[in-house]
Amino acid sequence: MSESTKLYEVWVYLQAEPLFWLTLTIGAYLLADQIYKSCNLFPILNPVALSIMIVSTCLIVFEVEYERYFDGAKFIHFLLGPATVALAIPIYLNWNVVLQAKKAIIFTVLIGGFFALCATYGLAVLLGLDITTIKTLLPRNVTAPIAMGISEVIGGVPSLTAIVTIITGILGAALGTFTLDLLKIKDMAARGFAFGLASHGIGTARAMARNEEAGVFAAVAMGLSGIVTAVMIPLVFLIINGLV
Amino acid sequence: MLIAIFIIFALQLFGEALQQIFELAIPGPVIGLILLLASLILTKSNFNPRFFTLRKSLVSTSEHLLGYLSLLFVPIGVGVVMHLQLLETQALRILLVILLGTISTMIFTSWFFSKLHKKENHE
Repeated sequence: MSESTKLYEVWVYLQAEPLFWLTLTIGAYLLADQIYKSCNLFPILNPVALSIMIVSTCLIVFEVEYERYFDGAKFIHFLLGPATVALAIPIYLNWNVVLQAKKAIIFTVLIGGFFALCATYGLAVLLGLDITTIKTLLPRNVTAPIAMGISEVIGGVPSLTAIVTIITGILGAALGTFTLDLLKIKDMAARGFAFGLASHGIGTARAMARNEEAGVFAAVAMGLSGIVTAVMIPLVFLIINGLV
Repeated sequence: MLIAIFIIFALQLFGEALQQIFELAIPGPVIGLILLLASLILTKSNFNPRFFTLRKSLVSTSEHLLGYLSLLFVPIGVGVVMHLQLLETQALRILLVILLGTISTMIFTSWFFSKLHKKENHE
């Protein structure tokens, strides 16, 4: 047997193994995280976006079906649900902050969350996107595990929702400071809250790195707007469907 | 540790069951999140040592799990390879929605919050 056919046989064996894709996913993430850290946490090099690109490129180059990949990667995917439940902890740990500014927090989560929905919907309709894409985009400002859950429930495409959610976080983290400086918003709580509500975890990480108070409010905004949006979007759909 | 994992899994399961039974449109794990948050807040002033250890182990287990949160999006995110066609025709417009939507939401939210916050601090 020649060297190359032997190599090919090993490859055929490996790519049928779920463990191979599980290992590749973790490896790609570790590599991406290393690149991100060595470039001073530059927002465009977000490790999630990078690792998705690395793994997708492998699948396309080696012509591997997504189902085969997911057979291994599902063991990681499985933890997304429990991680969503665990998001209660950062809200709980910051509960005294919520109590201190409860009026501002409650009203801004409700009105700001609704504003985000309307902005996404309005812009998407204006640009003539189709209904599936609109449903996919709608929950983009909340943390990815919740956004994907909402997308699935209302009939969007969860994997695309993951991507647009990550892009939302990256853009918010990259442009937020500049935008809020331009507006001369000096209240650190308000700045943090805007980061958390408009660009979830990636924005929150950015706010935390710059100012502690802003970081805490960002974390609260991210958590609460995730819950509120998960209730609000399906409710809006129910109302629309009820009226039509 | 194991009890914390058990509670988190059980709450997700319970959330999913509630979603099925009442045909709710809220994702099951989010219902689990709400239940966990509510029970933590309701038992906050309970200083029973058993509650105390349970809370501590829930916090540390969750923080471990959330430390890897980014990794958990990768498998579903890779699913984008199945939707390249959809992206091809609409990518630019999708990007525009995200860009304008994110900036306008940030402007509105920071303005709205700072107004209310100022008033609340004066009360």
